Amino acid sequence: MTLAESRGIKGPTEREAEAEEVKEGAHPGPLEYVKIGLILAVITAVEVGIYYIEAIEDVLVPILIVLSAIKFTLVVLWFMHLRFDSRLFSWLLAGGLMLAGILMVIVLSTLGGRLV
Amino acid sequence: MVGALRRLRQEGESYQGVWSWLTTVDHKRIGIMYGVTAFLFFLMGGIEALLLRIQLSSPNNAVLDPDQYNRIFTMHGTTMIFLVVMPLSAAFFNLLIPLMIGARDVAFPRLNAFSFWVFLGGGLFMNASFFTGGNILKGELGAPDAGWFGYAPLSLQSAGTGIDFWAFGLLILGVASMASGFNFIVTIFNMRAPGMTLLRMPLFVWMTLVTSFLIIFAMPIITVALFQLLFDRLYGANFFNFEAGGQPLLWQHMFWLFGHPEVYILILPAMGIVSEVLPTFSRKPLFGYPFVVISGLAIAFMSWGVWAHHMYTTGLGPIANSAFGVSTILIAVPTGIKIFNWLATLWGGAISLKTPLFFAVGFISMFVIGGLTGVIHSIVPSDYQQQDTYFVVAHLHQVLLGGAMFGLFAGIYYWFPKFTGRLLHEGWGQLHFWLMFIGFNITFQPMMILGLLGMPRRIYSYPEGAGWEWWNAVATVGALLIGVSILVFMFNVVLSLRRNDQAGPDPWDGRTLEWAIPSPPPAYNFREIPTVRARDDFWHQKYEEDETGRPVPIVGGGAQEPEEEEHAEGEGHGIHMPSPSFFPLIAAIGLPIIATGLIYDAAIVAVGVAVLVVGIYGWALEPASE
Amino acid sequence: MSHTPAALETGTGLDNRKLLMWLFLASECLLFGSLIGAYLLYRGQSVVGPYPEDLFDIPFTSVSAFVLLMSSVTMVLALAAIQRGDQRGLRIWLLSTALLGLLFLSGQAFEFTEFNHEGLSLSSNLFGTTFFVLTGFHGAHVTVGVLILLSLLVMAWRGRLTQSQSLNIELAGLYWHFVDVVWIVIFTLIYLIQP
Ligand code: HEM
Ligand SMILES: [Cu+2]
Repeated sequence: MTLAESRGIKGPTEREAEAEEVKEGAHPGPLEYVKIGLILAVITAVEVGIYYIEAIEDVLVPILIVLSAIKFTLVVLWFMHLRFDSRLFSWLLAGGLMLAGILMVIVLSTLGGRLV
Repeated sequence: MVGALRRLRQEGESYQGVWSWLTTVDHKRIGIMYGVTAFLFFLMGGIEALLLRIQLSSPNNAVLDPDQYNRIFTMHGTTMIFLVVMPLSAAFFNLLIPLMIGARDVAFPRLNAFSFWVFLGGGLFMNASFFTGGNILKGELGAPDAGWFGYAPLSLQSAGTGIDFWAFGLLILGVASMASGFNFIVTIFNMRAPGMTLLRMPLFVWMTLVTSFLIIFAMPIITVALFQLLFDRLYGANFFNFEAGGQPLLWQHMFWLFGHPEVYILILPAMGIVSEVLPTFSRKPLFGYPFVVISGLAIAFMSWGVWAHHMYTTGLGPIANSAFGVSTILIAVPTGIKIFNWLATLWGGAISLKTPLFFAVGFISMFVIGGLTGVIHSIVPSDYQQQDTYFVVAHLHQVLLGGAMFGLFAGIYYWFPKFTGRLLHEGWGQLHFWLMFIGFNITFQPMMILGLLGMPRRIYSYPEGAGWEWWNAVATVGALLIGVSILVFMFNVVLSLRRNDQAGPDPWDGRTLEWAIPSPPPAYNFREIPTVRARDDFWHQKYEEDETGRPVPIVGGGAQEPEEEEHAEGEGHGIHMPSPSFFPLIAAIGLPIIATGLIYDAAIVAVGVAVLVVGIYGWALEPASE
Repeated sequence: MSHTPAALETGTGLDNRKLLMWLFLASECLLFGSLIGAYLLYRGQSVVGPYPEDLFDIPFTSVSAFVLLMSSVTMVLALAAIQRGDQRGLRIWLLSTALLGLLFLSGQAFEFTEFNHEGLSLSSNLFGTTFFVLTGFHGAHVTVGVLILLSLLVMAWRGRLTQSQSLNIELAGLYWHFVDVVWIVIFTLIYLIQP
């Protein structure tokens, strides 16, 4: 019996073990980091590029938001290792983000501001 | 550098007396310092309250002029909330959390010390504002004067530096709260003894966890709001400047977004304390433990969705008002669940009528009235009448003094023997309770009537013939009675410390782990880290149940005897405790200096930053324990 | 800097300091959320100029954003280096990250002075107020990050960051990446999206 088991802790520890396995299997090496970096650079280039295309002006805003969300997710999942780390960390970040987002939307709508 | 640090540390360890307190990282000592400091601020806030009440005791009174009155009620509210109830709760977190979860200290002992020193610095800084208005002996006060919620644009127009001290003071205090919030979440997640699963944690530990989460999510919002206010005041920014298109109402949103979670930051720890006291003194486990836990969580979640009930009259519109009205009514549901579980805990118990139980039951009764007046507030058309009247003042004191402070006093009477080794005297304790309980009701129930009679809050005086004279006079008498009760409490503490009525490790026949160790606990708390097998583990070490479910003492069960400890003093067990450190104190001193500089002179900022940097680098480079 | 395998001694199996860092970052979401919210609330509400469309220089800011993004890559390479015990790589990548951070900050300083020349200040209008406070707070975070990186660099140079202490780099990295993702949001919401 490991110490953790004797504490009767299940969830996070088990998940940690799973995460450990993932880590062993797919530990992102420098190469993978560079690849992600390249993708991020390309997305940034695309963002700036489409900013100047007048033809898509109507759909520009949603596209930009989606692109930045992708960048955000890539950094958070790979560089901040949420993909490989304990689920608890992901919950903390998601909790903070959702709380901030929801409160912001409500305040802006009652004060007559617009999100975008 | 490292060599010098090492020398400093060794000196630190040999310090006695004052120095050992300045460098301590022991959670129990920090808890005691938190508690004593908060109590001193309580006296300060109490004197301010008495001044306000004396001014209002009769119509057209002139004890205070309007300007002084504004400053004193602002400092009274700010002090009681940020310098009394929050830090008193923090004192209990510090004292109890490691003991209740079977740990030797918190996860970050030096961060804990930092939290205390920052709190002390912030409190002193804020009160220093009194001296900035000219000659204080002539009654020229410089304290803030825009109320504890500092509404813009009033807080923008306020002359002098009072509001700046207020805002910087709250920012500094926010640092202290955040530091302890992070610390206790990590401690509770990570430092539990083997077998202390989440659902075996004492209720107080749960409420600490929930409160800490509220703190770390709510504080950043008020931090931003205070910075916005300061930018507006000091550097001409436009956040709340109507002429430039700014919306003063943004302040109210930001403040109450923080403010309503804040009221639960104030009350949840007291609820946790009461949930520990009631089972002990009715010799029954807490009724419906999972429900009490879950309703605590539910309250915390819902507290994020009700802030605009403070803003019904600002023209949010019928849809927003109705939505927030409904959410506010709903939050009373989990609150009610807790109350019924507490009552059911008492029901059929073997009640032992001791002072902590008096205060706990006082808490329940007063909090019920407070909660019900809250529900009355939540009904929009009704609140249109009540907003900014004494009815709101009655509500908030009903929950904060009748609720939070009664709960905290229950905790003080309950755990005093654990940390001093002496019982508080029962007779004086009960006198304290009755004086405070009666005084409280004489003070605040009349305010309900005054509010319904239309007396506005925050007026420095009122004319004759409005029909408010009698109840105001009564309220002042009640306030004096509360003052007397606090004197009785202080007398009781001094008397009991002298009286040498040894408490022993387990004077109340307690249920949780802190009662298993000697009183006062040794520096390392537990000689051996306990293994936990049940909720209320210590109780189950002492008693087993017979066929009828009645508890029967187990022979040889019970607390570790202090005698055994004697030869075990110090590091005899090879238990490594974190070393004392100066650096949290040094880093903490930097903050008020920086704030002073930002108000007066940029050169002082440089000094403050230097002090802060020395503190942080010293802290980072010194080894945590050797 | 604990040498013990903390994971075995704690309740969740997670390192104390790492949990602390994540809690801190979660709470930072509310800080930046409030700042961004104030910007969005007042977007397009300034009653006098200068307005964002007069001032924003998208190519320039794109380069800045790119620089910060790349500093995240070098940061994570520093972590990979220390984890395989490559001290030289650690120093190189830490230094590059700090330099990229400094480059970003000088870009911001340049931008601030430019805007200032054009008449934008904290008090000129709502745009000035919200823009400078939001990006200023972010810049302050980057500054703190650079100081942390430089301190770690000195430690690495003195050989006081061994493979077993890679957590120090990981924590600094978490903070750094977070500051970076905040800029990803700011770049899109504040610079690219103009009503
Ligand atoms: C059943 C639970 C509660 C409900 C439904 C409730 C509802 C309300 C409402 C609607 C107001 C606004 C009144 C107005 O300004 O017109 C209010 C004010 C207030 N409440 Fe509560 N409340 C509850 C519990 C609490 C608790 C537990 C605390 C603190 C421990 C608290 C502290 C306050 C304070 C300090 C104010 C006054 C703020 C001010 O204007 O200065 N309330 N409450
Ligand atoms: Cu409220």
